[in-house]
Amino acid sequence: MKVNDLVLQTVAKVIVFMIIIFSIYLFWTGHYTPGGGFVGGLMASSGLVLLLVAFDVETVKNVIPFDYKMLIATGLLVAVLTGLGSFLFDVPFLTHTFGYLHLPALGEVSLATASLFDLGVYLVVVGVTMTIIQTIGENE
Amino acid sequence: MSLLHFAAFSPFLLATIVPFLYKYFRKIHTGWFVLPLPILLFTYFIQFIHTVSSGKAYGQSFGWIPSLNIDIHFYIDGLSLLFALLITGIGSLVVLYSIYYLAKEKEALHSFYVYLLLFMGAMLGVVLSDNVIVLYTFWELTSLSSFLLIGYWYQREKSRYGAQKSMLITVFGGLAMLGGFVLLYVMTGTFSIREIIQSTGAIASHELVIPALTLILLGAFTKSAQFPFHIWLPDAMEAPTPVSAYLHSATMVKAGIYLLARLSPIFADTSVWFITVSAVGIITLFWGSFSAVKQTDLKGILAFSTISQLGLIMSLIGVGSAALHYEFLEDNIYVVAITAAVFHLINHATFKGSLFMVVGIVDHETGTRDIRKLGGLMNFMPITFTLAIIGCFSMAGLPPFNGFLSKEMFFTGMVNVTKMDIYNMETWGVLFPALAWIASVFTFVYSMIIVFKTFTGRYQPEKLEKKPHEAPIGMLVPPIILASLVIIFGLFPNLLAHSIIEPAMASIMPSLLTAGEKYYVHISFWHGWTPELFMTIGVIGLGILLFLTVQKWSKLYGFFPQKLTLNSFYDKGLSAADKGSNTFMRLVMTGFIRDYLVIIFAFLILLVLGTLWVKDAFIVDFSNVASIGVYEIILVLVIILAALMTVLSKSRLTAIISLGIVGYSVALFFVLFRAPDLALTQLVIETISTALFLLCFYHLPELQKRSKKLTFRLTNFLISLGVGLVVTLVALSSHSAKLFDSITQYFVDKSYTEAGGKNIVNVILVDFRGFDTLFEITVLGIAAFGIYAMIKLRLTEKGE
Repeated sequence: MKVNDLVLQTVAKVIVFMIIIFSIYLFWTGHYTPGGGFVGGLMASSGLVLLLVAFDVETVKNVIPFDYKMLIATGLLVAVLTGLGSFLFDVPFLTHTFGYLHLPALGEVSLATASLFDLGVYLVVVGVTMTIIQTIGENE
Repeated sequence: MSLLHFAAFSPFLLATIVPFLYKYFRKIHTGWFVLPLPILLFTYFIQFIHTVSSGKAYGQSFGWIPSLNIDIHFYIDGLSLLFALLITGIGSLVVLYSIYYLAKEKEALHSFYVYLLLFMGAMLGVVLSDNVIVLYTFWELTSLSSFLLIGYWYQREKSRYGAQKSMLITVFGGLAMLGGFVLLYVMTGTFSIREIIQSTGAIASHELVIPALTLILLGAFTKSAQFPFHIWLPDAMEAPTPVSAYLHSATMVKAGIYLLARLSPIFADTSVWFITVSAVGIITLFWGSFSAVKQTDLKGILAFSTISQLGLIMSLIGVGSAALHYEFLEDNIYVVAITAAVFHLINHATFKGSLFMVVGIVDHETGTRDIRKLGGLMNFMPITFTLAIIGCFSMAGLPPFNGFLSKEMFFTGMVNVTKMDIYNMETWGVLFPALAWIASVFTFVYSMIIVFKTFTGRYQPEKLEKKPHEAPIGMLVPPIILASLVIIFGLFPNLLAHSIIEPAMASIMPSLLTAGEKYYVHISFWHGWTPELFMTIGVIGLGILLFLTVQKWSKLYGFFPQKLTLNSFYDKGLSAADKGSNTFMRLVMTGFIRDYLVIIFAFLILLVLGTLWVKDAFIVDFSNVASIGVYEIILVLVIILAALMTVLSKSRLTAIISLGIVGYSVALFFVLFRAPDLALTQLVIETISTALFLLCFYHLPELQKRSKKLTFRLTNFLISLGVGLVVTLVALSSHSAKLFDSITQYFVDKSYTEAGGKNIVNVILVDFRGFDTLFEITVLGIAAFGIYAMIKLRLTEKGE
């Protein structure tokens, strides 16, 4: 029996972007309001899971040709490099700094190196969740 | 490193070369390469007689672990010289004998001589060491090398049994002894024996003296095969005969005696020492000689005879310690016991060594050691027969051999015990000469059995494996030398008196001498019509009678049930320990995780409750508690209901969903308690883990799917109640007893100024404590890869 889940698929296509944007919002404002890399990452992966539910594993793989295991490694690398970067300035491992930048389009923006670290966390969480769910999902 | 050190360590050095000599000079018996070393050492040690007999001692020190006060201090005084001469002298003879005893082609000679040299070096180390830790090291090395030598024919079941038994017993004693040495160190602060002797007075009044004494005595009694630890010695007779002659008659079994003689100055003042050493010695003497008579194996007889003679020496050392209490007595009569001990030590080494060699010859030339098969060998082996007569008559204490002299002195020592008026000896003292006399009668009987059952009587060629003939000359030379010593020491005992015995006595009982004074020993053959002489005559008379009627009364031994022997206690004890530990392990290590969890939780409850109880830490203080709102009560009720549903639900699906309810309620709690980050994370994580639970549930095998209610077990119920109670108690108590203020204020103050963030939780996670986060994401990564690997890598299914 062919199941026609047109509604689900159409809605999913729209919702996924909103979820992803929300997750980026959570990540980006984590330093000031509730959120951060962890919740952001989980939220992003929940968006991807929605795709997995609406379509099948193969389709999602074709559309988003990510090897999520690489994502874990990249995230860990970003986090460790952020920590190592502090050695360049002759300060202890994982010492963060922050400052205010004047960007052309956005005006005054505060940037913290801690956000880079949080980016690592974000990537790892997305990678881990998706690896686990995809692996179990593919398993016969 | 002095010459003395080199001499003591030379056996170890030679032992490293022996395998090469064995491999590259196959034509020559390896023993010939070994033989020069003990002879050289013997001549080296002989030089010290002059130094020692003039009352001096020679010592050399060599740092080993100076920071722990452990240095290899070797020194030679009368006692160590006596033992060093015994070890090297009899060692030379045994090596010579072994060259003819062990066949070049059939035996693993390199192992034999390596073990033997190890033993010789270790034994020299034991008698020369001044440092008790070094002494202990060498002591265990003698146990090890003895173990290797007993198990030399490791293909034989009985050899392995004997080796294991001797190992267990002597190492048990050795470890006890180590404990004693450590206690000595605690009392005196030094490991050096001579420094310990200096502080004898402080030791005698110390509360640890009795434990130290007991532990050290255990070490000495096990090594010297004293009752009831003597059982390893007869089983050690499975070793090659040269080994039995060397280790189990002349040297190793005397290590315990050496130790007691060496430590006499420290402990001899105490009554425990006197009573234990002399009583154990005299019991061993009696039991050994009594048991020897029923043996049918020649080496078995000699083993029990060794046990009994060691007991004799031991009891003399014990009785000799009485001399300290009568030191102001004119012509102290108890000193004679020490003289007798030293003298008999030498005598025993000579005659027992030669007897073992004689037995080895008989075994070698006839193929059996069973006295029921032997007989009438006199005509075939006249020289061996003569040697046996000399050895046995000396052992039985007949004139004109040296055993007669030491036995007379032994009787003197024992008779003197009756004159003692301390330690209740007025009443019990008479037991000593009585037991000594009875034991001597048995000694006489088994000595006669060895000679006459083997060499006279009916010749039974049909029972022998080989046609007997006289041994080769090389095999006869060592026992001939020993037997001539038996006669020489018997006829001219004063040869030894000034050179060896007096200095040795000075080492055993230094406190009786004032400076410059020496013991004066004069051993005379004829000392008049004394009680001792009548005792000897009685021994001979009754001995002859018993020997002639031995067939009639030896059935008495049959009445003693086999079940009650010490050997059967040992065997039963060993197998009971084996079974017991097996049973215990099977009881505890069931293989069920639920049982282990019961144990773990039970211990948690006991330990935590116990600590709370002992420390009196139950504090419940509600003064610092926030007010409770309606939402909190409702949420708590929801959680309790969901938790009960989880536990009591019939189907797993209900349990999973109830667990989800608990999780979402916790998220709500986070909302209530103003933790938005936690609430967000908890919501998402709870969703994912519930989904994973459902996945697991879906994949359960069909057979196991029967939904049934959890069975109720009272233990589990009680333990879970207990754990809940304990955790609640700890939480309440620790909340009520906050010792310091929280450090939260720092984060509140600094998060914006120092880290540029307003979300304190996130700032702590990535900035203040980013290090933790780094490894938490690593944990997540490992989990993901672990799951990936578990699912993807299925080698067993593919059969790779």
